[in-house]
Amino acid sequence: MTSTEEVESISEKSERLLNISMGPQHPSTHGVFRMKAVLDGETVVKLTPVFGYLHRNHEKLAERTSYLGNMPYTDRLDYFCSLTNNWAYALSVERLAGIEVPERAEYLRVITAELTRLQNHLAFLGFLLNDMGVWATVLIYGFREREKILDLFESLTGARMMCNYMRFGGCRCDVPDGWVEEAKRITDELPGVLDELEQLLTDNEIVVARTQGVGTVPGRKAINAGLTGPVLRASGVNYDVRKVDSYGVYDRFDFSVPLGSVGDCYDRFMLRLLEMRQSLNILKAALNELPSGPIINPKAKNRNLRPPAGEAYGRIESPKGELGFYLVSDKSGTPYRYRVRPPSLVNLTLLEDMCVGQKVADVVVILGSIDIILGEVDR
Amino acid sequence: MWLVIIQLKIGIILTFFSLLFAVASLAERKILARIQNRRGPNRVGPCGLFQPIADGIKMLIKEDVVPRKADRALHFLAPIVMVAPMVLLFGILPYGGGLTLVDLEVGLLFFFAVSSVSELAVFMAGWSSANKYSVFGAMRAIAQMVSYEVPLVLVAITPVMVAGSLSLVHMVEDQAGYAIGVIPNWFVLTPWGIVGFLLLFVTSLAEANRTPFDLPEGESELVAGHLTEYSGFKYALFFMGEYFGIFAGSGLAVALFLGGGGAPLPLLQWIPPYLWFFVKLVVLVGIVIWVRASLPRMRIDQLMDLCWKGLVPLAFVNLIAAAIWHYSGGGWQGWILAGGLLVGAYLMLNRVVLRSRCSWERKYYLAKS
Repeated sequence: MTSTEEVESISEKSERLLNISMGPQHPSTHGVFRMKAVLDGETVVKLTPVFGYLHRNHEKLAERTSYLGNMPYTDRLDYFCSLTNNWAYALSVERLAGIEVPERAEYLRVITAELTRLQNHLAFLGFLLNDMGVWATVLIYGFREREKILDLFESLTGARMMCNYMRFGGCRCDVPDGWVEEAKRITDELPGVLDELEQLLTDNEIVVARTQGVGTVPGRKAINAGLTGPVLRASGVNYDVRKVDSYGVYDRFDFSVPLGSVGDCYDRFMLRLLEMRQSLNILKAALNELPSGPIINPKAKNRNLRPPAGEAYGRIESPKGELGFYLVSDKSGTPYRYRVRPPSLVNLTLLEDMCVGQKVADVVVILGSIDIILGEVDR
Repeated sequence: MWLVIIQLKIGIILTFFSLLFAVASLAERKILARIQNRRGPNRVGPCGLFQPIADGIKMLIKEDVVPRKADRALHFLAPIVMVAPMVLLFGILPYGGGLTLVDLEVGLLFFFAVSSVSELAVFMAGWSSANKYSVFGAMRAIAQMVSYEVPLVLVAITPVMVAGSLSLVHMVEDQAGYAIGVIPNWFVLTPWGIVGFLLLFVTSLAEANRTPFDLPEGESELVAGHLTEYSGFKYALFFMGEYFGIFAGSGLAVALFLGGGGAPLPLLQWIPPYLWFFVKLVVLVGIVIWVRASLPRMRIDQLMDLCWKGLVPLAFVNLIAAAIWHYSGGGWQGWILAGGLLVGAYLMLNRVVLRSRCSWERKYYLAKS
């Protein structure tokens, strides 16, 4: 009676299609994302992503705020990876104002960014498996390790998630006593944890069946859609901003970029595991070679910064992809234009292509494998 | 006098299973927590032991929300239809030692007839909620439960064939005694029995909508499936029905394959059979909880593939293997013939089911620049 009323037919011949709205209040849309899906039985026929539920006027706000005042706002973009957000913003302001960064600060930036990548990917694995229906087991295993890294962030910056650590020309504060040793200890422990996760997950029949051949993106298409980060590299495209730009001091470290071949959910999931191993290599080297010296360029002006007129684009490889900040200065104390290139949003562009023809249960797995954070998608 | 004894038995059985429900709901959360490196509920009472009571009070005093467009009568009836037949199932389980309530000649038939009423309840819940996710979950539940009923019945036929009776009590009697004085004569210790037991366990998981077959609830896709619009005590009743289903399914497995109330060693025969029955049942329930903590959910097409391409043919082969075993006298010839048949069938089916799957082998490159 009531249910037949609700089954809206989108055309004469397709009366048996079912329109459902997944989100904004849905357990696995990673926040307030919404997908308008048209289903034929269990199969997805059409899928329209709707975002904007978390729109906070981030970019316009930034144009009324001083350059330094924007730094804590960037924490809230991708709230899992505040340190990489800080870095990307600091990098673009440094380019705009021509500020040099001392070596120790560059190393600290690399260390914190790679720690951020590790904790993001650990949480990603958990959330992906949660979307597949395993009852929070992997999530809590991931969070157990993530917690140690968050403790490191807390003792370094005073905050676990909203770190607000980078400054133009360096970092806000130096590492406390014993921090480097603690970080070394954690990086030495992590390979064992990764082995454990790999053993648990990569050969699990159900995980393999749920992810292989699901949401495949060919490399050419991924390039055309502007995908970046692990989602792009899973399709076999060798593009990592750390290698392409070698910003900071990344050219001093010996690490490789893992590449997938098929571009399905399994590849995206495996790439995160492999990337964590590379991050550990970088971390190990960076922690051993951490030079002494100032942590901030003494000539750099942070308060009342008035960069010369011009524009700058700074981009880094955030855990989710290429994160860029585009800034235009008109010599005043606030940016004339402030634009974020959010990897989460751009990576979502192919969502419909990935989902059409798959089952409705695959939609949440595909969404999970892209790894989005709504704070960054909607801004 | 007869009536008093019957009522006493009913009282014991109902009390036991209601208590087991409370304990299992706590144990599930505790075991899940231990597997996941957590502590689990530990606030109410010593070590959180009174958590089920707190949960019960919470469920009772919670607001009962019924959606405006819902079919109120069906929405109200569904939880009752879910629990009532499950309680009936406890009446025919062969606990042994004088606790068996009724020894139905058609016990197994009764079991399947009554347990499939829960499908009706799930569909009633989904339909009456007037929610797309609920209907979706209900459709999945019907498809899944009807499909898995087939291998379940086929597997349950094998002990019937060997024991020559549909009565569960008779079946348990058939498994009494010990070979060579130590090894119990349980059906699970035969080639067809072990396969049958595993099949029965897997299909009961699917019948009870448990992980990895919890698609009707599929919380990451369907919010909560047919339970989406239920709250308060109605929700608790569904929860109870699901647990009772697990208990009954485990009880059936114990009766059919694990020798009912039989002791695993002749030395331990002084322990009353109903205690053995409950111990075996609780162990099986523990395994169900363990599985829940460690496996992801399957997809609907994979679920159907597994049933129709894997479990149903294997159950048929198992039937034949049981016949071969029976007529070869159950010695080493039986092991070779029946075991060989089952292993061959398993390997072949594995290839058939595997063929539809993508390759396992993946290559990853590590680009240096």
